[in-house]
Amino acid sequence: MILLSPLGALGRLTLDILSAVGRVAIFAALTLRHILTPPFYPREIAHALLQIGWLSLPVVGLTAIFTGGALALQIYAGGARFNAEAVVPQIVAIGMVRELGPVLVGLMIAARVTSSIAAEIATMKVTEQIDALVTLSTHPMKYLTAPRVLAALITVPLLVGVGDVIGIFGGYAVATQNLGFNPATYLKNTVDFLEMRDIVSSLVKGCVFGGIAALMGCYYGMNSGRGAQGVGRATKGSVEAAAVLILAANFLLTGVFFSV
Amino acid sequence: MIRLENVHKAFGENRVLRGLTLEVPKGTSMVIIGGSGTGKSVALKCVLGLIAPDQGKIFVDGQDATTGDRDAFLARFGMLFQGGALFDSLPVWQNVAFRLLRGSLKRPAAEAREIAIEKLRRVGLKPDVADRFPAELSGGMQKRVGLARAIAAEPEIIFFDEPTTGLDPIMAGVINDLIREIVVEMGATAMTITHDMTSVRAIADNVAMLHDGVIQWTGPVKEMDHSNDPYLDQFIHGRAEGPIEAVR
Ligand SMILES: Nc1ncnc2c1ncn2[C@@H]1O[C@H](COP(=O)(O)OP(=O)(O)OP(=O)(O)O)[C@@H](O)[C@H]1O
Ligand SMILES: [Mg+2]
Repeated sequence: MILLSPLGALGRLTLDILSAVGRVAIFAALTLRHILTPPFYPREIAHALLQIGWLSLPVVGLTAIFTGGALALQIYAGGARFNAEAVVPQIVAIGMVRELGPVLVGLMIAARVTSSIAAEIATMKVTEQIDALVTLSTHPMKYLTAPRVLAALITVPLLVGVGDVIGIFGGYAVATQNLGFNPATYLKNTVDFLEMRDIVSSLVKGCVFGGIAALMGCYYGMNSGRGAQGVGRATKGSVEAAAVLILAANFLLTGVFFSV
Repeated sequence: MIRLENVHKAFGENRVLRGLTLEVPKGTSMVIIGGSGTGKSVALKCVLGLIAPDQGKIFVDGQDATTGDRDAFLARFGMLFQGGALFDSLPVWQNVAFRLLRGSLKRPAAEAREIAIEKLRRVGLKPDVADRFPAELSGGMQKRVGLARAIAAEPEIIFFDEPTTGLDPIMAGVINDLIREIVVEMGATAMTITHDMTSVRAIADNVAMLHDGVIQWTGPVKEMDHSNDPYLDQFIHGRAEGPIEAVR
């Protein structure tokens, strides 16, 4: 079929993609409306803050510290080729804050949070719990989606901030312990070099990536097919979509913040 | 009063409802019977707006169910799902009191808990079940928690999807009595799906049999035994031979 009518297949694919984008956009807009209008579910929000924010700290911390450490080693080794070993603090700081911190935290959140949201909501859908919510006069998007997305919008930038700091610390630890850097100079170089724009971009990216991660989990969960297979597909699709969208958004945001 | 008028619903090629018309007078108990997979659950979900019919109209007290204030509409209903559909993230009592803990019927948590425990007692569950989670209960216990949740806010219209499936005969009797009581004493309108002929006789004012997407027979429960309808006869006597093919 595809071989016989390549244009038709292309057209269908384009339409599929466009309609998917439209559906996600509508879903996002509805979520935003539900976040802003009552009734609010404080217990659900608190639970989501705990799950998405607090309980993600260990994995974010570990990812960041190893990445910061490896970054310092690489920059030192690479810089040595043209006698530029001294730039380790600056490049670690920039690399972590501008790119690696937000992207790695975003991807870890996609792995940890998106998958669990999608699996949970998809299971609820498959076992008619979503229908039950409706019959109990509770809007599923307000009760399930809004708290999770709100919690991600709040906590993921904070996680990114924490990841940035821990990543820089990882670089600092390796540089001062193994590479012979002076601790005070290292810190001074880091602080002097970072600009406000770097930090703002990092946090904005965190917010956007968090929103994408939670939204994709909810969207795929709510649109899950039937049975265990449906749950599996929803979970897989949500993580794929979240990871790709996070990387694409990162590219766009880097362009917006740093192209001038 | 609930009225379904010429309701059609297909899932892809699978034409489930093909012009279903049914009327349930206020304050009466209608039992829907019919083969597995004939669309009984789908019909109830259409009334609640969980599934949108492809064609046809549904009226509740003369008002089109798809128009008007949806929250107010749903506030009048209670539904027991075939699979229980309990929220497994919440303990049993919060499941039962779900409606009483939020929204327009909200009341203090202690009071809601008390009501939940009372409803659990009515479906034959002890108070110590209240703090357990749905996953820790047996299938029949989950079913009864679902039943307690459906009746917790004392709705005017209650749908029970196979309330006695998976229960022992004594507990099934308790549930049949409870449903009858809710209709007679509280004046609720009930629609019950069941495969259990004892339940049908215990619960029903009227019976409707769904077959091939339409109501094959409907009438008062008393007339069920001498309807002269071969489909209904085959069904209520559980014969393998007859106009209804066993392989569908
Ligand atoms: N959401 C859905 N998507 C696709 N098909 C569905 C859906 N819900 C129900 N069906 C199909 O509709 C038909 C009727 O299903 P329904 O659950 O109403 O049967 P039922 O009469 O309640 O049967 P049972 O007595 O076994 O519960 C089945 O063939 C089922 O596969
Ligand atoms: Mg059913």
